[in-house]
Amino acid sequence: MDIELIQMLALKVTYAVVMVSVVMSIAGYTVLAERKVCAWMQGRVGPNRTVLPFVSAIPIIGPFLRNLGIFQPLADGLKFLFKEEIVPGHVNKFYYYLSPIVALVPALTTMTVLPFGEFTNAEGHTTPLVLANVDLGILFVFAISSLGVYGIVLAGWSSNSKYPFLGGIRSSAQMISYELAMGLSVLPVFLWVNAPGMTESGLSLVSIVNSQENAPWLVLIQPFSAFLFLIALFAETNRLPFDMPESETDLVGGFHTEYGSFKFGIFFVAEYAHVVIGSAIFTTLFLGGWHFLPWVADPWAPGLIGSLLGVGWFLAKTFCLIFFFIWVRWTLPRFRYDQVMKLGWAKLLPLALVNLIFYVILVTYLDQAAAS
Amino acid sequence: MIKTVVMERKPLSLSERTYLPQIASGLKTTFSNLFKKKVTLQYPEQRPAIPRGYRGVPTLVKDPNGREKCVSCQLCEFVCPPKAIRITPGHVPEDDEERSHVEKAPEEFEINMLRCIYCGYCEEVCPEEAIFLQENYSLSGYSREEMINNKEELYELGGTLPDKHFKWDKKKADEESGNAH
Repeated sequence: MDIELIQMLALKVTYAVVMVSVVMSIAGYTVLAERKVCAWMQGRVGPNRTVLPFVSAIPIIGPFLRNLGIFQPLADGLKFLFKEEIVPGHVNKFYYYLSPIVALVPALTTMTVLPFGEFTNAEGHTTPLVLANVDLGILFVFAISSLGVYGIVLAGWSSNSKYPFLGGIRSSAQMISYELAMGLSVLPVFLWVNAPGMTESGLSLVSIVNSQENAPWLVLIQPFSAFLFLIALFAETNRLPFDMPESETDLVGGFHTEYGSFKFGIFFVAEYAHVVIGSAIFTTLFLGGWHFLPWVADPWAPGLIGSLLGVGWFLAKTFCLIFFFIWVRWTLPRFRYDQVMKLGWAKLLPLALVNLIFYVILVTYLDQAAAS
Repeated sequence: MIKTVVMERKPLSLSERTYLPQIASGLKTTFSNLFKKKVTLQYPEQRPAIPRGYRGVPTLVKDPNGREKCVSCQLCEFVCPPKAIRITPGHVPEDDEERSHVEKAPEEFEINMLRCIYCGYCEEVCPEEAIFLQENYSLSGYSREEMINNKEELYELGGTLPDKHFKWDKKKADEESGNAH
């Protein structure tokens, strides 16, 4: 094999490993954030006991980190690793083992096309920081992210028990209903960005982000599309108020009832990875990605520092959105199953259609006006 | 005859039917809660204030002179609804200077904390005011045997409580003045 090819492969693999570990640790700390924010909203303090021995010796920072629960995700992960692994006798073993993997892999695969920054070198050549700059970015995301439901459906079915089964069925129905509204709600965004006269084009997420540089964010241009997308995102990531597959109060935990130890841990992490990736995608689509503020040029100079600041800014936006996810979860009660279906098919889908038609007409009108 | 009035419910407005204003106000409420004072008690370091009349672990107490108050009348044993108390009565030797005029004392006094329901009947029934449910609420053990408090442990838990009557002192004084019961 060509030496350059091997080098490139090694580099890509390193990037991928780095990105997976970063996203996984963000997912782990999202769990912590969930526990902390939920505790604060309920007048509690949340996890504040776990600490590493050498950290607790540091005078002020040690207790501060301990109260913040910074080391809790470590303890949680270790707990999942060392727990006794119980496989109920009535499960279909092969699919039972397969489903956590099927749940996690799509959640991690979507991030290959997720751009999180850009790097401008000395010659002024700009490279987006993304594992694979695919032209079909958003289509790829939709295609892969909806595969995540297979993990849940398989888990529900292979558990061979009624509550997981109900959870799996609900999940598949919900996924189908909201996928449509989700797809329709981002179409206007691409129509707008790809309209003649606009500089950027294509379905790539990078071009979507770059169209928001020095320009209003798309959430300001298309608030309604953003709103519909956000609702569908909540449903797709199985977050409250749409956590039908889990519904711990009526389905005893739903699809993962029969799972324990690390397999449950994988489901758990996959769920939060979905939240992290979903927030990141919303950020790229509607919140301007790594660009500073609407109408304001990036204040940081191009180069290494600039691109790091850009990535930081992107992460900050993503974290705000993750906080919003958590905030909503601890505010709203769960919808009833029929309400979820009704909202998806009778409200969200027609609204998304109307939104699409409105923007089709608007974009056509603007094109005609620009042409004449 | 009470007349039933059927209340007409106002139809929901459009904004109310979308639930969005309600969701927004709910989000506002939870957000304001983020910064409120937390109500958590950091348990092992901070302890809750025990209210008066609290019924904790039953204990045996000594009088201010350090003497055992229980005379093993076994009333608590009889009244105990879950039969958690077991007393082996014993005699106080005649020549015991400290406790002259006391005929009996428990040889062994066991309270099985796995059975005890903290009802406080024993405290209520005790004619000698020797058994009290005090403030201790947390007890634990590794075995069933450990959860049975014997006499030494009960006295250790109970300590000494102030006494209003000094019954035995009165009894002794009465006898010395030739007015024995």
